Amino acid sequence: MEVPILKQGDFLIATIQAALTDADLLKLHYALVEQVGKHRSKGVIIDVTALDVMDSFATKTLRSLAHMVRLRGAETVICGIQPEVAFTMVQLGLTLEGISTALDLEEGLALLNQSTGKREA
Amino acid sequence: MDSEICIIIESVSDIITAREQGRTIGKELGFSFTDLTIIATVISEVARNILVFAKEGEIILGMTRQGGRHGIVIIARDRGPGIPDIPLAMQDGYSTRKGLGLGLPGVRRLMDEFEIISEVGKGTTVTMKKWVYQT
Ligand SMILES: Nc1ncnc2c1ncn2[C@@H]1O[C@H](COP(=O)(O)OP(=O)(O)OP(=O)(O)O)[C@@H](O)[C@H]1O
Ligand SMILES: [Mg+2]
Repeated sequence: MEVPILKQGDFLIATIQAALTDADLLKLHYALVEQVGKHRSKGVIIDVTALDVMDSFATKTLRSLAHMVRLRGAETVICGIQPEVAFTMVQLGLTLEGISTALDLEEGLALLNQSTGKREA
Repeated sequence: MDSEICIIIESVSDIITAREQGRTIGKELGFSFTDLTIIATVISEVARNILVFAKEGEIILGMTRQGGRHGIVIIARDRGPGIPDIPLAMQDGYSTRKGLGLGLPGVRRLMDEFEIISEVGKGTTVTMKKWVYQT
């Protein structure tokens, strides 16, 4: 199952579906890094609302994804981490150090607008 | 164990299958939604360890009863290289493959019972239990 990437103005929005395989996550990784360059995007939002498991592999992938996006001159916001997923992550010791997070897509967009220096109309 | 099912782990999609089976059994047992997420995550971690370090193995899921309480048993078993130093492998941040090194210690924190038996050259078996808490 591939992750659809939507272009919205200066931003890219990737909506993760439930039960992604490692290959899908890695594909997303490469696709995003490429598209950030292609569209000269200023920000990337990864919506994980549908993700029911965030294990150490997924966390590591998201962390390195955000790192690479930053090296390409854009910012990443992860939104929609479910409460029980967040709880499990904390107990596992998993952190998303250095990555902005938001409650939902709307808040994620607001955060990116703010940090990339744009005002809402 | 009352009843058990065995999922062969030899590809990434097997991890997802095992995770979903764990949720199904957990639901039957009456675990909370948070506990179901914990169960799925734990299965994900140990199944991935099988795949990464031993290439193949199995996840056995079962229901267990003990003195009026009931719970889920998760066993991850492989005939891979084994773990030479278990206390070291159980430390937060220890990884031999540039992982986060949080799988095993994290799983121990998430489960009620955790036991790991490993012999170099023979394989590894991780046995875990979680009880349903009734209020
Ligand atoms: N089934 C196994 N067979 C052999 N060695 C294992 C097995 N499971 C874990 N190990 C060893 O124990 C170490 C710690 O495991 P742990 O799951 O905590 O971390 P990791 O898999 O390296 O990284 P992470 O799980 O955070 O992505 C591993 O790096 C590996 O050396
Ligand atoms: Mg691991």
